[in-house]
Amino acid sequence: MNVLIVGVGGQGTLLASRVLGQYAILRGQDCKLSEVHGMSQRGGSVVTHVRIGDKIHSPVIWEGGADVVLAFEALEALRVKHYLKSDGALLVNDEEILPMPCITGAAVYPENIKDTLKAAVKRTHFIKAQEMALAAGSEKATNVVMLGALCKILSFDYALMREAVVKSVPPKFMELNVKAFDIGFNAVNL
Amino acid sequence: MKDLMLTNKAIARGAYEAGVAVLSAYPGTPSTEIAENFAKLDGVYAEWAPNDKVAVEVALGAAVAGARSMACMKHVGLNVAADPLFTAAYTGVNAGFVLVVADDPGMHSSQNEQDSRYYAKSAHVPMLEPANAAEAKEFVKLAYELSEQFDVPVFLRETTRVAHSHGLVELEERIEKPLKNYVKDASKYVMMPANAIRRHVTVEARDNALQEYVNTMPINRAEYTNENELGIVCSGAVYEYVKEALPNANVFKIGTIHPIPVSAICEFSKHVKELYVVEELEPFVEDTLKANGIACKGKELFGLQGELSVRKIAEKFGVMAGAVVEPEKVPARPPVMCAGCPHRGVFYVLNKLKLTVNGDIGCYTLGAVPPLSSVDTCVCMGASVGMAHGFKKATKGESRNVAVIGDSTFLHSGVTGLINAVYNRSGITLIILDNSTTGMTGHQQHPATGKDLQGNPAPVVLLDELCKACGVKDLHIVDAYDVKAVEKAVKEATASEEVSVIIAQRACALLDKTKQPVVTVENCKNCGVCMRLGCPAIRKGANGIEIDPLQCRGCNVCVQVCPFGSIKKA
Ligand SMILES: Cc1ncc(C[n+]2csc(CCOP(=O)(O)OP(=O)(O)O)c2C)c(N)n1
Repeated sequence: MNVLIVGVGGQGTLLASRVLGQYAILRGQDCKLSEVHGMSQRGGSVVTHVRIGDKIHSPVIWEGGADVVLAFEALEALRVKHYLKSDGALLVNDEEILPMPCITGAAVYPENIKDTLKAAVKRTHFIKAQEMALAAGSEKATNVVMLGALCKILSFDYALMREAVVKSVPPKFMELNVKAFDIGFNAVNL
Repeated sequence: MKDLMLTNKAIARGAYEAGVAVLSAYPGTPSTEIAENFAKLDGVYAEWAPNDKVAVEVALGAAVAGARSMACMKHVGLNVAADPLFTAAYTGVNAGFVLVVADDPGMHSSQNEQDSRYYAKSAHVPMLEPANAAEAKEFVKLAYELSEQFDVPVFLRETTRVAHSHGLVELEERIEKPLKNYVKDASKYVMMPANAIRRHVTVEARDNALQEYVNTMPINRAEYTNENELGIVCSGAVYEYVKEALPNANVFKIGTIHPIPVSAICEFSKHVKELYVVEELEPFVEDTLKANGIACKGKELFGLQGELSVRKIAEKFGVMAGAVVEPEKVPARPPVMCAGCPHRGVFYVLNKLKLTVNGDIGCYTLGAVPPLSSVDTCVCMGASVGMAHGFKKATKGESRNVAVIGDSTFLHSGVTGLINAVYNRSGITLIILDNSTTGMTGHQQHPATGKDLQGNPAPVVLLDELCKACGVKDLHIVDAYDVKAVEKAVKEATASEEVSVIIAQRACALLDKTKQPVVTVENCKNCGVCMRLGCPAIRKGANGIEIDPLQCRGCNVCVQVCPFGSIKKA
């Protein structure tokens, strides 16, 4: 299982990968994660690779090799669309964050990303994860809402994923995150 | 029970288990987390050194004194630290000394793509290269054995994809290493010509012994799947890509990148049809094999630049299934200075005054990207000061240039450039952007922050006093958020004939996460001046600019640059 997580620096993509790693451990499977720290975190695109299986070699996913892309921002989903397998799934947080070239007018933020993606990828799901996280109690739980939805889309073991979330967040935010997870899980209809 | 662990953390763990007592490092992506994780372990000493060279000297001192030690840095740090390293290869170590160096193929966060493997060869220092987190921990321990067995510093090389990947790691107990006896031995530890000439003989003999020994090490191994078919020689992350892309290939996995196990690979080559070397960056392994008469191919398939991947390798060997989907053409999302970054206003002023800017390495290098586009040069840590001096000398003092440097970078190697400028009377203006942290690499402490690696209070090196002690008389201290004060100081400093230093103070906006009051907009005239700041919290709306209240840090720099008073103070 190859999960590519993309977003904008500071969106909490790292926690999402940790939870998936925890899920792999709970299932007794091999797992590798890959992320890039440093320069790219200053509001730039961030990409995290998660691979789970019986024996994993490469920590990075290749173009055409992702089973699912978990995108925290729409433009970032479009940017990595070519990483998906032909039957891959795409889960996008329905949010647009302008990159600096679009803010200054040097480039234009693409219109109708949602339609483009839906036309290109059959299994595309957009969810308003940020709003749902707010409903659960805090915007910070956006990543966990996304994980709830991912759990449904990939038919992951619900109880184990929930446990992975609990194990990955500080105890005082457990209730909030479990709530966020369930909201995300129930937000997608297959 | 296995832990899913970052390789850099696994290296720290390996050092801990190997009984390492002293670690010294200077931050640098992708190596930084080694020191940060080691510092959290019990019963060890760890520190941030002011630069990469000092880190190596500290670790060498500790090793000679009898304690296992480690120094960590990124590839360019090794350039700075090369001086002690080359001679440490002559003195040898007493207790084990491992130098971790992290290369960055693809330049995720570096100013060049140098290949540190050549340092191993030219410094006569063995180098191990692990492929993943579990191996990294194991190789660290092995590196200490090797270091003590052959009385030599040992490199552990990683690349970004290894350093910043997680894998499953089994924890083991620490084996305490009592302090070894240090015995005075000038012929070994005092490297002046007469002694060094004799030590060079030892170095050569050791090289020869190591060249033999590595062929017997299990970390250099042949993995046969289909004898007399394709054979691949590889190491590090590339080994993992090859195993994924070419599961049917015979693979020779190199664990010691220097010395390369030439005899073992020669034997391997006899059992395969065609031999390929798959390696990132330079043809280091390929050239060595060819020089030893082993026929192989490598760089004719793969270039010298960037990272390899499963896909690239599979495509070259014609085994990739599925058509290639071209990436979508979309606007780039480059990293930007954060909202509230104290560096922003300074660059705005430098632009306004149309100054040439000799920049340096840190978050403030982002002053080079649009719309600020302020920085003219950026080469290596500390270079801003020397280059500004060179500009002045070349133009007989006519150039209207300033040097801009961060606080950590100034202490790293900017201060020597300042001493030079004072001594050689160039009258440069140096602006120290003092944000009380090493921002770019993720907020590490340094000698001027008042805290040590563990976050405990530490003696403070005062930047203003340091500049004065270097002979600087024209010194200005300003609040980096006060645009007027910055402009006044820059005007005065650049007008002055003598060396001037401006310390622009304000803590990094990411250090204080408490919510600040935000600025508001009334009657925007759409003049676009604030857009020149490149603040991610300011965007164009339907009726003039809009402020994103979630991002705004209330620094009020935009308030000060708005010519119409339309942006209201937070
Ligand atoms: C020789 C060397 N060592 C380490 C690094 C990694 N590095 C890049 S910028 C930087 C320091 C930045 O800190 P500072 O100068 O305080 O500027 P800030 O990022 O806080 O604005 C470091 C350590 C490097 N580029 N070169």
